[in-house]
Amino acid sequence: MFGYYLLLALHSFRRSPGLTALMVIIMGVGVAASMTTYAVFRAVSGNPLPDKSAQLFVPQIDNRGPQNGSTRNNLPDALTYTDAMALMQAHVATRQTAIYPIVGTVVPQDGSHRPFAANGYAAYADFFPMFETPFEYGSAWNDGDDQRHAGVIVISDQLNRALFGGANSVGRTLDVDGHDYRIVGVVDHWNPQPRFYDVNNGYSFGDAPDYYVPFTRAIDLQIGSNGNNNCAGSLKALSPGWNGWLQSECVWVSMWLELPNAAAALRYQQFLGGYAADQQRHGRFHWASNVRLFNLMDWLDHEGVAPPETTVSLLVAGGFLLVCLVNTVGLLLAKIMRRAGEIGVRRALGASRGEIYRQFVAEATVIGISGGLLGLLLTALGMRGTDLLFEPDIAKLAHLTVGLIGVTVSLAVVATVIAGLYPAWRAAHVQPSWQLKSQ
Amino acid sequence: MQIRPILSALWHHKAGTALIVLQIALTLAIVCNALFIIHQRVVRLSRPSGVDEANVLVIQNQWIGQQAPAQLQALMASDLQTLRRLPGVGDVYATNAYPLGNGGWSKGVRYTMDQKSATSPTGIYFADEHTLATLGLKLVAGRNFRADEIGDMGARDVLTPRTIIVTRALADKLFPGGNAVGQQICVGSAPPSIIIGVVERMQTWIGSFSEAWVERSTLVPFRLLASTTTYMVHVQPGAMASVVQAASQALIAANPQRVIGPKDVMTYGQIRTIAYRSDRGIAILMGVICAVLLATTAAGIVGLTSFWVSQRRKHIGVRRALGATKGDILSYFCTENLLISTGGVMLGAVLTVLLNVLLIDRFEMQRLSIAYLVVGVVAVVLLGQSAVFVPAWRASNVSPVEASRTV
Repeated sequence: MFGYYLLLALHSFRRSPGLTALMVIIMGVGVAASMTTYAVFRAVSGNPLPDKSAQLFVPQIDNRGPQNGSTRNNLPDALTYTDAMALMQAHVATRQTAIYPIVGTVVPQDGSHRPFAANGYAAYADFFPMFETPFEYGSAWNDGDDQRHAGVIVISDQLNRALFGGANSVGRTLDVDGHDYRIVGVVDHWNPQPRFYDVNNGYSFGDAPDYYVPFTRAIDLQIGSNGNNNCAGSLKALSPGWNGWLQSECVWVSMWLELPNAAAALRYQQFLGGYAADQQRHGRFHWASNVRLFNLMDWLDHEGVAPPETTVSLLVAGGFLLVCLVNTVGLLLAKIMRRAGEIGVRRALGASRGEIYRQFVAEATVIGISGGLLGLLLTALGMRGTDLLFEPDIAKLAHLTVGLIGVTVSLAVVATVIAGLYPAWRAAHVQPSWQLKSQ
Repeated sequence: MQIRPILSALWHHKAGTALIVLQIALTLAIVCNALFIIHQRVVRLSRPSGVDEANVLVIQNQWIGQQAPAQLQALMASDLQTLRRLPGVGDVYATNAYPLGNGGWSKGVRYTMDQKSATSPTGIYFADEHTLATLGLKLVAGRNFRADEIGDMGARDVLTPRTIIVTRALADKLFPGGNAVGQQICVGSAPPSIIIGVVERMQTWIGSFSEAWVERSTLVPFRLLASTTTYMVHVQPGAMASVVQAASQALIAANPQRVIGPKDVMTYGQIRTIAYRSDRGIAILMGVICAVLLATTAAGIVGLTSFWVSQRRKHIGVRRALGATKGDILSYFCTENLLISTGGVMLGAVLTVLLNVLLIDRFEMQRLSIAYLVVGVVAVVLLGQSAVFVPAWRASNVSPVEASRTV
């Protein structure tokens, strides 16, 4: 029977090609606009580490004071070197790492190409197991390397390809900024998006970092942060030089903790509050303890990682799809009511209301499928246009995946079927006798 | 024109009428807010930076390894000489950051060192006596730095300028009386500095962080001795292409122990494009959505009105036979559309304000000015009238004979 309805639907399209084409185009454009913006939105607001995100936490400590604008919702988004080192040494979490972004010049040993700039992170050994970093060769360095301030380095597969043609380079030496490091591991394709562990420095999206070195070593070599450095908490002038900076109230170190369950998170929260209260007792903070502990997803939300552009466009495109739907309901209604006579004849010849209803839902479905296919085509075009609309680092995250193709077509079909329900209901209630009389 | 018969006719098409009213309302709400967003973005991306953008080139330089401050000072001095010798180069200076760039230093400024919280944030730009000429900044009061005032500062040293030049925006914020030159202010935690000059305009870098104080900049008379330096180059008209080519080659030839990557030499045109990329993108997206939305709504009105016309051919024929002119029929459908549009824009005005409130609440957008609503209402009503015109014209051409045809 459904096949018969499809035939009727196709027949009806032939009779009013203009109106049908209009509906297909409107649905296609509406679906494409919302899917393109949804693809970008999903790429920037997804969970970068789904199986682990509930166990990863970021601590905040108020070292600035309420007179400099600190509130519960507005605490410094990084830590001072002093506080980060105190938390590292207390070792209250299962795993923990202080981390900051660095930039260095890599000097190729073979002399075949010029030195180039590379982006990296200074971190502790726990960084890798905490964030489930996969390794192509070798492994992370260990706690002993952290304590020895060892000159070891983990590099990305990209850097490994550029320097060693992708061969196993573990054990070889790499010159960064004139310092030799021993390569202990090569990371295998790892670039979670957003780059959750460094969203407070504005590096939320982009290419994978090139290398990682022990935090303790980076401090020894006086490698400054390539991220934000906020000294709003300093009431008095800094002492000059590197050590003055380390001892200052400037915040620039990020801290990540792994806490296995809610009880552990609660314990850490108490420890953190106690630590800040201690600082107050020792005269460093002149205000009551003000600390906060975020889990990963709450942290991304708090830092506003998804650019407002992507959310606003999703909202507007959604509104646009709604208008397309309202429009399609109107056009379907017009189309169906124009055929009231035909419906009357079918009813008089014995078709039940249910059958008429199904016939017109089938017709809406066909329009939905056609609109979906057109929408898919336009979405594919829209994906190419995303880099005109969004930052290139964000635009390239949006891909036309199998899942997205499925969602696009289903969205069009479901939306059009919903749009077709009311007109079909009206069609089913056409009075056969009245229609026949008026012919 | 009789409104009553139109209203009673519309009552027979409740569903169709309600759909068009809803569609007009949603269209108005989206178009008004989208136009407002476009306007805000266009205002943002077309504001002047204060820099003579057509003739300025930016070069990022990174030294390899760690040098002592004295070495860095010599290297920087020699680089400035190398660049000055290039044909087509007007003037050059070295700095930490530049207007429309993607980051920089900022400090709070206070009147006295005892003052607890800062009066305003300010962007900090390292400068020398060549800065005003290189960027083309206009001095509106006071004087430029003198060569003997320019000091050297290590990357981790404390910034303690004795003299500073500020932008008019900062001067007006601090000294609304307009007598900023000669006054003292404290930059960050430094002891007081004397304002020796005021420049008309110099924007800070780009980002939501500095949006609230976008033109409050301070020039400090230091060369920043850090491993990463930005050279600003004023190029003579017409020489941009050749200087872009020659600059990094000349610098690398003078000393190869450095990195100047492919993205490290940029004209101000490129910097502006990158800085306002997402603003331009949003404006384009909103523009496209507005256009398609208006076209969709027009198509919907044409479709439904055509249907009504075809359904009412008999009635139209009867009215024509009873003496109604073509103009009467035409104005009947136009008035009908005007009534529907009026309902649509009334509902739409409410939706517009609600959507704006949502955007203000969630995305810190500004309050929509009433002018947008007025323009939107006029545009939507005109759109409805022009969309209805073709089916109404066809209706007016229904011949009175139609009245007798099917009865």
